[in-house]
Amino acid sequence: MRLEPRGDAATSAWIIAPLMAIGASFAVAALLVMIGGASPFTVFAAVIKGALGSQFAVLETLTRATPLVFTGLAAAVAFRAKLWNIGGEAQFYAGAVMTAVLGTGAVQLPAPILLPLIMVAGALAGALLLLGPTWLKTKFGVDEVVTTLLLNFVMVLFVSMLLDGALKDPMGLGWPQSSKVIEAATLPKLVQGKRLHMGFVIAVIAAFGVWFINARTTLGFEMRAVGFNPRAARFAGMPINRVMAKTALLSGGLAALAGVSEVAGLKGNLTLDLSSGFGYTGIVVAMLAMLHPLGVVVAAIFVAAMFVGADAMSRSVGVPNYIANVMVATALLTMVSAMLFTRFRLRRS
Amino acid sequence: MPEMPQSEPGDVVLRLSGISKRFGPLLANDAISLELRRGEVLALLGENGAGKTTLMNILFGHYVADQGRIEAFGEPLPPASPKAALRRGIGMVHQHFTLADNLTVLDNIILGTEPLWRASSRHAEGRRKLAALSEAFGLSVRADARVADLSVGERQRVEILKALYRDARILILDEPTAVLTPQETEDLFATLQKLVGRGLAIIFISHKLGEVLSVSQRVVVLRQGKLVAERLTSETNRHELAELMVGREVPRPKVEPMTPGPAILELDQVTVGDANGGRALLQDVSLRLHGHEIVGVAGVSGNGQAMLAELLSGMVRPTLGTVSLFGDRVRRFDPARMVAYGIARIPEDRHAAGLIVDLSLEENLISARYREPPFSRLGLIDWKAVRHFAAGIIAGYDVRCPGPRAITRLLSGGNMQKLILGREMAGSPRLVLANQPARGLDIGAVGYIHEELLKARAEGAGILLISEDLDELLTLADRVVVMHRGRMSKAMARSEVTIRELGLMMAGHGLSDEVSDHAA
Repeated sequence: MRLEPRGDAATSAWIIAPLMAIGASFAVAALLVMIGGASPFTVFAAVIKGALGSQFAVLETLTRATPLVFTGLAAAVAFRAKLWNIGGEAQFYAGAVMTAVLGTGAVQLPAPILLPLIMVAGALAGALLLLGPTWLKTKFGVDEVVTTLLLNFVMVLFVSMLLDGALKDPMGLGWPQSSKVIEAATLPKLVQGKRLHMGFVIAVIAAFGVWFINARTTLGFEMRAVGFNPRAARFAGMPINRVMAKTALLSGGLAALAGVSEVAGLKGNLTLDLSSGFGYTGIVVAMLAMLHPLGVVVAAIFVAAMFVGADAMSRSVGVPNYIANVMVATALLTMVSAMLFTRFRLRRS
Repeated sequence: MPEMPQSEPGDVVLRLSGISKRFGPLLANDAISLELRRGEVLALLGENGAGKTTLMNILFGHYVADQGRIEAFGEPLPPASPKAALRRGIGMVHQHFTLADNLTVLDNIILGTEPLWRASSRHAEGRRKLAALSEAFGLSVRADARVADLSVGERQRVEILKALYRDARILILDEPTAVLTPQETEDLFATLQKLVGRGLAIIFISHKLGEVLSVSQRVVVLRQGKLVAERLTSETNRHELAELMVGREVPRPKVEPMTPGPAILELDQVTVGDANGGRALLQDVSLRLHGHEIVGVAGVSGNGQAMLAELLSGMVRPTLGTVSLFGDRVRRFDPARMVAYGIARIPEDRHAAGLIVDLSLEENLISARYREPPFSRLGLIDWKAVRHFAAGIIAGYDVRCPGPRAITRLLSGGNMQKLILGREMAGSPRLVLANQPARGLDIGAVGYIHEELLKARAEGAGILLISEDLDELLTLADRVVVMHRGRMSKAMARSEVTIRELGLMMAGHGLSDEVSDHAA
């Protein structure tokens, strides 16, 4: 068996690949469920019902999708320029920390001023956090996969330090958590009495914004050109280092907005378990979306639906909700292989 | 001395019958049949993309033919097995050498012929066999020299000896002269004659007509995957072969004499890289290029031409000396600055520097000018204006493509080069930097590129043409300089130099190099 390049990538493959990925993830999950002694149909029915079967389920799925849209966009923006930002988790917490610093009462401003201020400051914190590794990459050739990945652990420990010190909630009975954000720093709910908040709308607007940048602006053009072939981009006179820096600011800022929106929209305070791996899952979301910003919204909802549905399913059927992790991982692997086959075909030799 | 099979000169040692190979919609080889006889050099002539390399890759077991069979020494050759090809005595010398630079010649030759688990390698035996081969074929090499210290011609000799060491009886040489000086080429040809005199059979792959005529006994011509003609070399000529290869008549470009205009580019004692101590990439290079003039830069690849092109493209800066453009001393070296000067830059490598092949044609056409109106305003790209511009270039330069939004990767080499040419020449540049603009293109596209360069010259541009093809330089250039180890010769009028003289200078004779080495 060997791989031969296709003359022309079939357009249909770009639609079939994600569908294949989803199909394969269901197939593998079905196998595991059967090994576990349950009926795949019961399980999948429960997953789908749990994710989309009621107004509550749908709202819950969208709530879970909100941070994933942000972190997915962050990965999609960076990966397009071949800036391998694996530090979404750290940037997420940078945004969350900023929200706790500005939103818990230290700054008293009306909501129309305070909320934008928190978002800008949070995004800036995440942006600057990615600028360092990017500078090391362009200046000294330091591999950003390593630096951004390691910064995740640095950041989690830093948050842990803050929650036992400067940001510790005095009323928290010793728990490592910050105080609650004040009313003016809270993102309004979209549906009265439900958990879905304004963060989701901002995330979707951000997706359209990234799409506009990609499609219409010189920056989007530069990011694509630099990603495909940095040498040729430099030869054409593009300012490679500045493009990389702008990419880093955009990507880091987007990931940080996920942290802002989780604290200001959903949880209300900063805790150590604020992220259930949103930074990493964002990478999966971006890959499933083939780095398309509007695809990111769809992929984020799909992944969120899997997690929310699996939670509900494990309560009713009793199959562990880890099955969602398996399905998302399988979808990613299939997607990556499917993308390979849009460019190459397999030949028996 | 390897044992020769029991065969007489003229016996068929290799027979390809009806070989076909398809890559998607492309029929790379279409029912090709040919025979190779003992004691002959068979030239495989064809343009880029004619199917020569595909055919040889099938023979050597890298690809599997869709149809057809191969017989070596009367027995069928199993497909898809480079090992079987080697065992049967088929050796290949690739265009890009496959030697380990940090090992000695002897190590390189023995490498791969011994089992991995033997504790001590049989150097003494290898050395004896190598000495016998060197003597028998008149291929002198220093067995203990490191490959890194060898000249290109010597490295090629090592490659040939490597094949002979493995008892090759059929030798395939893929464009072997691409990296050689004319003198080294002559040496190679003498060696090949000696080899066939000893009963080997050689397939010589080339697109250079002169070489094919002087080295081979028989020529087969491939065109678009088909074998279109087979000739005895003694019964054909340059003109006929060119026509067979291209499929139509080939006109030669006409170069009108012109009076040089004002100085456009002046290099004054420019050095790039380490100025003292280690070898500089460009050393003390001085040159003056005028309008209405083409200056050709000759030299064996890797002697500083690439660095000269990088310098004038703005990719590197000089460590010493001055560069002046249009009478203006250049102080800032970056690609955007050179674009702003209006320099048309046709880079050596279309895929690595000239184009971003994963972008569309229209995106590539604005890759240097996307920041300016009408292509963008306030950071917003006006794709309508871009498309309009692209459509003009595509039509004006006859770029064959599905449309301006097609992915550039899909274009053929010739069309990619036309796309670059259109982009760079569209603004009526006053300085054209053309680095190997015609390399790897078919004769039709080459003619087109040459016409465009001559047109720019007629319009008053100064053209710096870097090429390894001396025929090309002596056809187009008003003056020629030669580069050797980072140094540049004085400029010589075309009428005052011969290919032979250029060849000697390319090998380093008569350049100031030696003088200053003694002085230092």
